[in-house]
Amino acid sequence: MTYVDLILVLDSTVRLATPLIFACLAGLYSERAGIVDIGLEGKLLGAAFGAAVVAAITGSAWAGLFAGVGVSLCMSAIHGFASINLRGNQIISGVALNFLAAGLATFLGQSWFGRGGNTPQLPSGARIPTITLPFANEVQDVPYIGYFYYELISGHSILSYIAFLIVPITAFVLFRTRFGLRLRAVGENPKALDTAGISVTLLRYQALAITGILVGIGGAYLSIAQSAGFTNNMSAGRGYIALAALIFAKWRPWPALATCLLFGFLDALQFRLQGVALPGIGQVPTQAIQALPYVLTIILLAGFIGRAVAPKAAGTPYVKER
Amino acid sequence: MTKTFTRSAIALAAGAGMAALMAGTALADPAVLYDGGGKFDASFNESTFNGAQRFSEETGIGFGEFEITTDAQREQAMRQFAQRGANPILVPGFNWETTIRTVAAEFPDTNFAIIDAVVDLPNVRSIVFKEHEGSYLVGILAAMASETGTIGVVPAFDFALLNAFACGYKQGAKSVNPDIEILDTYIGSGFDAFNNPGGGAEVAQSQLDRGADVIFQVAGGAGQGVLQAVADADKLGIGVDSNQNHLHPGNVLTSMLKRVDVATYNAFKDFEDGNWTNEIITLGVAEEGVGPAFDEHNEALITDEMRAAVDEATAKITSGEIVVHDFRTDNSCPV
Repeated sequence: MTYVDLILVLDSTVRLATPLIFACLAGLYSERAGIVDIGLEGKLLGAAFGAAVVAAITGSAWAGLFAGVGVSLCMSAIHGFASINLRGNQIISGVALNFLAAGLATFLGQSWFGRGGNTPQLPSGARIPTITLPFANEVQDVPYIGYFYYELISGHSILSYIAFLIVPITAFVLFRTRFGLRLRAVGENPKALDTAGISVTLLRYQALAITGILVGIGGAYLSIAQSAGFTNNMSAGRGYIALAALIFAKWRPWPALATCLLFGFLDALQFRLQGVALPGIGQVPTQAIQALPYVLTIILLAGFIGRAVAPKAAGTPYVKER
Repeated sequence: MTKTFTRSAIALAAGAGMAALMAGTALADPAVLYDGGGKFDASFNESTFNGAQRFSEETGIGFGEFEITTDAQREQAMRQFAQRGANPILVPGFNWETTIRTVAAEFPDTNFAIIDAVVDLPNVRSIVFKEHEGSYLVGILAAMASETGTIGVVPAFDFALLNAFACGYKQGAKSVNPDIEILDTYIGSGFDAFNNPGGGAEVAQSQLDRGADVIFQVAGGAGQGVLQAVADADKLGIGVDSNQNHLHPGNVLTSMLKRVDVATYNAFKDFEDGNWTNEIITLGVAEEGVGPAFDEHNEALITDEMRAAVDEATAKITSGEIVVHDFRTDNSCPV
């Protein structure tokens, strides 16, 4: 593999990892606050659908983005109401949201557009634009560094840059602010927080709102930045992969970024290695290449992660004793 | 578990919808039951609809139609139409094969037609296309339009029908330029690959990065991602099934048409005129059932030379001078 190939695979990695980073960080906020969110998948799908529908109707990518975030916030609110106020089982509520998103998106899409649940193809104006960074075109011929800057650093969707920006912000919020401290505390020992006179309910809703916004942006990325329209089940398990990445990263922001990039890289590699003769091995069957990301995921998750300890109060509704 | 739940929920909703829809269908009218992509998929199903619509406009005879949302509805829907006397019942897509085998046997007096599969029953007309021949012509255009000497094809996954497209395309391209390099990359490993436009775009991007400047998509819904990525890079894509030249004018070289609309129209017309036969109808280049699309959206891209080369190959295929190998006969491609 040459230098150019490597850069191109990394370039593809960034595109493929972006929705994972959003979903993974979204999960981080809610799980750190003690709410298990298996509904990330459904929120991704719901947001992707909402964004594509509104972008198709209004012709505006930004209206689509807001709609996507709106859908995901509504779903977060339902999850919050079920698991915070009603103290229901968080897994069940999350799974129900996944069902709801998958069924409702197909049903509404079919009745509105008659394309088997898909939305119409979006014109380029209704998609989130990509950014060419300053001087990218000028320096692209500079060996190595110029090409690196032009191909890998520049030319991504605005949302990809936001995804990378959210990581340090999350790390700062979580470990350097009062809100972050309380957020971590409410996921470990909500009673202590309650005793100190801070509302557990409010904090958990705040965390879920952040979750909704982040995963909403991730979903919108799928349908109006990476693709040009919604297709059935287009989240394709990315919400679950993001959850796996979160566990793999032991609920910390920087490792979460690294894991999402790793999953993105494996996926990118899969597309690139098909039909390419590998040195010493020759051409590998397509099926073997396509299974590569999953095999490596299992190996990495089973062999290298070590013990992952979830936030102590994750999954348990908080009950104030009278 | 997810699927079962949504399926039953949607089946319930659709059952109610179907009862309402069928109230408007008179007895003995023909019927079309669409495949999973939906009636307005800008492709296969829409083409079927167009053929039925043309028949309806010309004859004033209405037709019943039904859009399935899940596989579970296939048998139920077909049986209901047959029970209510719809005749003939036409279904586009090989996904209907098992259903039609079951239901057609139960209603020996009703005529059925299936597109893209062969069902050997006395009351079923099977319509199949020689996709490899049309793809051969499209391959000629691709090879002539390519400036880099590298072209690509993106089938959704490793599947005989899709490989037949790819194989015909390769033969056509090699007939123009024996040294041309043809990249062949699958998007996924199963039917869900048809619904993965993001993956389609990535695969197309990988081929573009490796030097391809004309890419043929054989991937249904995911193909829109392929055409999008190619248009974003200002290279040339090739559409499939229906005319997709208008999707990105100037960046879609042509589309490999399957005249499903003609097949549908002919089926209904034959029944109306009393010429209905229950046989296997094969539509190739000679029957004008497959071939590249030329319209105002791609006229700037197609030179007179290209047109002449296609016409020549068309004549040779029709006369039998060129025999395009069909991948499906021996599951292998000679080039």
